[in-house]
Order: sequence, then structure tokens, then C-alpha cells
Amino acid sequence: MLSKETTIQQELCERFDCLKDKVKVQRVRRIFAQVPAVDLPEVFDYAVKKLNFCILGAITGLDEGPTLGLIYHLAQENGIVLNLATSVPKDKPVLRTVTSYFPAANAYEREVIDLLGFQIEGLPQGSRYPLTDDWPAGQYPLRKDWKADILDQKEAAKNA
Amino acid sequence: MPERNFTIPIGPQHPALKEPESFNVTLQGEKIVGMNVRLGYNHRGIEKACEERTFVQDVYLIERVCGICSHSHSTCFVQAVEEIAGLEVPKRGLYIRTLVAELERVHSHLLWLGVAGHEIGFDTLLMYTWRDREVVMDLLALLTGNRVHYGMNTIGGVRRDITAEQIPQILAAVDTLEERTKYYAQVATQEMTIIKRLSGVGVLSHEDAKHLGAVGPTARASAVDRDVRRDDPYAAYGALSFNVVTDNHNDVYGRTLVRVGELMEAYKLIRQIVANLPGGPIAVKAPRKIPAGEALSRYEAPRGEDIHYVRANGTDKPERVKIRAPTLANVQVVAHMLKDRYLADLPIVIAAIDPCFSCTDRAIRVRSDVDAMPETMSWPALRAQSIDWYRQQGIDFTQLNRTFMKK
Repeated sequence: MLSKETTIQQELCERFDCLKDKVKVQRVRRIFAQVPAVDLPEVFDYAVKKLNFCILGAITGLDEGPTLGLIYHLAQENGIVLNLATSVPKDKPVLRTVTSYFPAANAYEREVIDLLGFQIEGLPQGSRYPLTDDWPAGQYPLRKDWKADILDQKEAAKNA
Repeated sequence: MPERNFTIPIGPQHPALKEPESFNVTLQGEKIVGMNVRLGYNHRGIEKACEERTFVQDVYLIERVCGICSHSHSTCFVQAVEEIAGLEVPKRGLYIRTLVAELERVHSHLLWLGVAGHEIGFDTLLMYTWRDREVVMDLLALLTGNRVHYGMNTIGGVRRDITAEQIPQILAAVDTLEERTKYYAQVATQEMTIIKRLSGVGVLSHEDAKHLGAVGPTARASAVDRDVRRDDPYAAYGALSFNVVTDNHNDVYGRTLVRVGELMEAYKLIRQIVANLPGGPIAVKAPRKIPAGEALSRYEAPRGEDIHYVRANGTDKPERVKIRAPTLANVQVVAHMLKDRYLADLPIVIAAIDPCFSCTDRAIRVRSDVDAMPETMSWPALRAQSIDWYRQQGIDFTQLNRTFMKK
């Protein structure tokens, strides 16, 4: 008999052509999938509504060089975690919000906006998180080319 | 007189809140009609700092994400790294990890019980629970050498063994704590002051708890039967028997009962661990460079589910470390709990999620490059700045002050 993880893997691969060979079961209760950004809304909707991934644990943002990556960590009640990863170009890192599914995504999405410079469409109004109100625009601390001393240098240049 | 709404800023520095966070509360009389939560005051850039340090250094840095659930964060992190590196931690190491985890839960829940007592003006409870909490703090110091940052975890196992002489000391301490907790269970279920003050306060329905993504005791008190220790077992939990405590009061009172119930379960777990402690080594040697890969680790911290995602790139430093602390999930529910409730309920409702804002904000040394501020500010300048800041947030006291001046 197939394990629950393999069944989910097969169902995803059969339902979506874009996911062929892109879904791997890393260990018991851990599934990783790489989804093209255009297909993400559809795959996400299917995972939440049809596959019962009813918990959004976290959203991880990554700097992958030319692209920015985003991983949605979804979980079922029985402990199985589906990590849906996607990549968007750094010069146009635009994605739709998932707050309509999970209101708690609000803080997770604001975090990737502040720290990595994502643009999340459809996010409700609210205060920024987690950086300060006077944080300089265009500085994204979790990008690989960002170093903390960038701020020090600017300050030194001004004081010189 | 026409009804008017007032917006009152509570925090970031406020006597009713022990950590920096800001709640802009809109009031109609005594009733809360709207709320805006601003977090981030404790953001220290830990995730970025992790990328610039080695995996072993990160274990110690991540332990300092929080001063209460320090073991939770370090365990969650090493578990992810061990999975990527393919390390099999010896059973004895896993049992000791679990032992410290449950002792940490005991000290955290006793701490919470005291804070909750304090927030409702029942300081006797605070004095009692914090006195008893010293028993578990002393035990942690005995086993690990420290009261809060235990330094027990390392990649591949734990760093200190439990000796035969320590076992009777653990059991004696657990006996004392259990007896005291039974007394608190009695206080919580029979003392009218507690029942009346906490019942019907901070209500979160079962559906809302699930939909809004509450975690830990906050969710379990709304009958959400979720616990990572059982659902996604890690360390030694798969081999131990325990009950997941839930309650259907859906309020602060229910959250109190869940935590007291979890204390009793923790003692059961500690006794099982001590009775079944396997022999053998406590750790395996971990390589300095971790092979490329990724892992997601989950951990049931005292406050709820802690999640770490780690990506390695084949060097001795991680490519990315992401931390989701339980409070970030729960704090978003607070505004919902307080809607249409009284302002006086605010401290206890916030305290009832057992918030930990240093965990939540973890993740930069902040330096303004807009205008370098002088080292010291004069009192009028500071006052002017604060008035100006609040005005930008849409809060203006000018009219109110004028009214007072006239009187």
C-alpha cells in the first residue's frame, strides 16, 4: 500500500502537468514541491481545498540570486507538511496574497515585503512589519548583497 | 452628547505590557471598537546574523531568540540541520532533549500562571507560583548548568549527560511540583475570583481559532485538538504516552485550565523519560560543513508551534534560516478577541496568549540614516517629537489639551 505522502505526490503530479517530477517526498510527513509562479494560485487552492492542507505554518522568503523564492509551509491535521516553493524574478517579485485562505498570512507576507522586497498584491491595509517606520526605502536586509555596514557607511559619509 | 471614538496608544513602552509592542486602541466609552497592532520593536536581525555564522555558532545564537523557550528554538534548529546532514541522534540524546523540553514547559507555564494572576490583581498567586517555579529552575541549573539558556543542544545530540545521582533529585523535584500544581488546579477551579474574572473574557470560538490560525494552549482552549508532539512526533515523543489537553471554554479561563492540565502531563512525561532513559552515547559527531539541502522542523513550544526552515549550501554556514515563533500566529488573534470588549480586559487577554515578543520579532541592528540623532535629547525636544509622531499616526491630543487648559 502506498503511503499517504506518496498518494499526495501522485495526486498532485496527475492533476497538474507543471508539477511532473517536481514533487518529492523527503521523509515521512515531509513533501516538497516546486511550482511555477503562474500556476501557484491554482495549486495552492487545490492543496488547501481538496487535499485538506488547512494549516499555514509559515512563509519563508529566500534570495536565490537572479530570483526571489517563496515557500508556503502548509500542513494537514495529521502532521503531513507540504512545502510549496515558487520563484519570481528579482526585478518584478509580484505575487498574490493568500490572506483570503489564511488571515494569519498577513504578518508572514508583510515580513517578506520588508525583509526581501516582495510585492504582494491584494494585502489589506495595515502597519508594516517588522522594520521601523523610518527604515530607508529600497533596503532589503535579507537580500544577500545587503550588509549591515551599508547603513554605517552612509552615516559616515554624511558626517564626514 | 454625540458618541465619539477615542484612539488611545498603549505601548510600545507601557506599564501593563512587559515587552515593547504597540496597540492603538479605538474606544467608544469603555468599549474597544477597533485595534491596530504594531510589532517589530524587538527585531534584532537574528535570521541575517545566522547566515553570517557557522552552524555550531548559530545553535547558541538561536537559543537566544527567547529567554523562556530557549531550548525550544535550539531544538527546532538542530533537528532541521540533523535532517539535512542525515545524522541519527542516539536515543539517549533524544530522551535528554525531551526531558529538558518538558522541564522548560513546566517553568514557562508556572511563569504564565503568575503573570496571569498579576494581571488580574491576584498577586498572591504570582508570589506562590514564582516561588514554586524556583524548584524547576534549580533543577534545570543542576542538570544543565544554567537557569534559562541551557546550552544542552548540539548538532547530533546533547552536550551533557544525566548522572545516576541526578535521577532521584529530578523525581523529588517533580513530586513537589506536582503537589503544588494540584493545589493550583484546585485554586483555578474553585476560587471564585479567578473563575469570575476569567470566564467569558477574550472569547475565541472554535471556528475562529482554526480560521485565524491560533496555536498552542490558546487554540487548545478553543477545542482545537492540535499538538505537534503527537501529530508530527520529534525527539522521544513518539515513544512516550501523554494526553493532549483541550478545553471548550473558549476564553481566558479555558486557557488557564489547559496550561494547568499540561503541567500535570509534563510531570507524567518527565517520570516516563527518567524511568526509560536508554543507555549509550548522547551525541554523534557532526560534520563542520553541512551538505546542500533543506528541511522544515516543527516543535511544540510552551506557547505553541515553533517552526524553523533551514537551507544549507554545502558550506559551514547556512544559506537561510527562517524562524516562525508561536506568538506571531497568536498575536494576530488578539484584536479579534478584544473586539467589543472592555478596555480593562486588555492586559489579561494579551497576557493569556502568553506572548513573547522577543521571539516574534527575533529576526537588524537599526540605525537611521535619515538624520543622525544626537546622543541626548532635551525634555521639550523629546516631548515635541512624541506629539509629532502620534499626530502622524492620526492621534491628536491638541483639542483635548485645550479643553483641559480652559478648565
